[in-house]
Amino acid sequence: MTGQGRLAAWGIGLAALVALPFLYRDPYHLHILVLILIWSFAYTSWSMMGRFGLVSLGHGGFMGIGAYVTALLWNHLGLTPWIGIPIGMVAAGALALIVGYPCFRFRITGHYFVLVTLALSGIVLQVITATRDYTGGSLGYTPDRASGNRLLALQFDDKTTWYLIALAVWLFGIVVWHWVDRSMARYALEAISEDEDAAAAAGVDVTAEKLKITLLSALMTALAGAIYCQYQMFITPDTVSGIAVSLQMVFAAIVGGLFVSLGPTVGAIITIMLAESLRIGFGTKAVGWDNLVYGLLLVLFIIFLPKGILGSLLDRLKKPQRKVTRAHEQEAVEIARPGA
Amino acid sequence: MLEVSGLVKRFGGFTAVNNVSFRVDQGEILGLIGPNGSGKSTIFNMLSGTLAPTSGSIQFAGHEIAGLAPHRIINGGIGRTFQIPRPFRRLTIFENVALAGFYGQGRHSRARAEEAAERSLAMVGLPTDRHAGVDGLGAAGLKKLELAKALATAPKLLLADESLGGLDEAEMDQAADMLRNIRDELGITIIWVEHIMGVLMRVVDRVMVLDHGEKISEGLPSAVAGDPRVIEVYLGTDAETTQAAAAEARRRAGG
Repeated sequence: MTGQGRLAAWGIGLAALVALPFLYRDPYHLHILVLILIWSFAYTSWSMMGRFGLVSLGHGGFMGIGAYVTALLWNHLGLTPWIGIPIGMVAAGALALIVGYPCFRFRITGHYFVLVTLALSGIVLQVITATRDYTGGSLGYTPDRASGNRLLALQFDDKTTWYLIALAVWLFGIVVWHWVDRSMARYALEAISEDEDAAAAAGVDVTAEKLKITLLSALMTALAGAIYCQYQMFITPDTVSGIAVSLQMVFAAIVGGLFVSLGPTVGAIITIMLAESLRIGFGTKAVGWDNLVYGLLLVLFIIFLPKGILGSLLDRLKKPQRKVTRAHEQEAVEIARPGA
Repeated sequence: MLEVSGLVKRFGGFTAVNNVSFRVDQGEILGLIGPNGSGKSTIFNMLSGTLAPTSGSIQFAGHEIAGLAPHRIINGGIGRTFQIPRPFRRLTIFENVALAGFYGQGRHSRARAEEAAERSLAMVGLPTDRHAGVDGLGAAGLKKLELAKALATAPKLLLADESLGGLDEAEMDQAADMLRNIRDELGITIIWVEHIMGVLMRVVDRVMVLDHGEKISEGLPSAVAGDPRVIEVYLGTDAETTQAAAAEARRRAGG
């Protein structure tokens, strides 16, 4: 597709997405769409660094911080989410820098980086659960209903408003993804993911570049957590933080496709539809089944379709003649990248 | 331009480089030779910041650079190639070089980086086509790409690490001429590490010989090739090659 054709397709698609809630008002379906958009944004945020081999299992932590900081500031200090959300994002960003800097400075890569971030997820979950006097612990937490200005409280009852907010946030994520994709930073990060020494020999400040993308990814993920909290008006440690949420991000991004902008969105559609149909089809008998299915699919995807559903589909449409070797594809999503 | 004194690198109990001092003058091509494990690459890695020296000083253009981070050294005007080419396979040839042009020159602008990429690719004789992938390059092409990446960082001093290994004779001569052109046309000072003595002797102004991490000889190619210590430790088993190289160097010096 040419640049103009592509732009036109995006324009038409967006117009259709904006018009949708005004033409179709089924609240359940709109609810599912809002969830898909919010989680798509979270998965896109994860893939910002995941696509460069920086596999983080700590993003549940960032999301949890975004959600809980915003809600706690609102309930305890009466601080509007318009200020609370940026504070939550800054908190998550600061944590990302504190964890990221020593990792990158001392070249903790591959498995070891994954393990450090895994610990981060666990710690945030434990802190939320342990401070139950403030956070409600594992029973969950509800932002107080606004008595006055709803806009100031960022609390809306109608699905259409939330749909439009979620759509805007999702679009913001896609725009940032493209912005990074077209920047010189992408070259640097691709280079770093292949060979840190060679990247440094090309003049790249490896630690700084990795920190920048990690910070961006953490800020966006915290925003996703806060938006999710404002929409659902109820959060528990397990739904917005912890290892399960982190794993879900990895799964969705890989299934949808790590290396294309809409890949994580496709991943969100698949995971949420899967969870919903299991819930409706089997009810309480199927609690936790979706995680089992995620796990199985993740293994199958990494082996057989490492570029994800959308990535593989686009490849096939674009260049049917070109055959990329399996070894190279697998290298691209390999979680383990032993530091050279 | 470069003044190295008392450079030492120890890995645990093993001394890879032991008290090496040398200098390189503006516009010179210095050859650095020695058997495998003699410390050549270790010296390069310290000059380019990949390794921090155990002790010693490296003065480049009047500044102490020993122990600085690699990207700061590269941005300060030193470019390097790796012994085994290390291209970024997920980027195109052009992107590989543009990356070096952008980050190796203080991140000015994309336009300036792409300009540097075009110039460097043309200099080493690679196509400036934006879409060609790295996978299409052979051994000689990868070495050229390595050189183009280094040139795109706009170095004043180029560290060329065994750039001729794995090439046939014609390609070797071509590559040697290219290094000389880089010096002559761009005024870039070069330190050239090489196994293959014959080609090196033809191009360099001075040679330094390392053995077991120590400098054992230094001087004009003709003098070094005739040095009995060099013949003994470096080419002891292959004296004929050394003699031929010495004769070649003398002939060139004379003519």
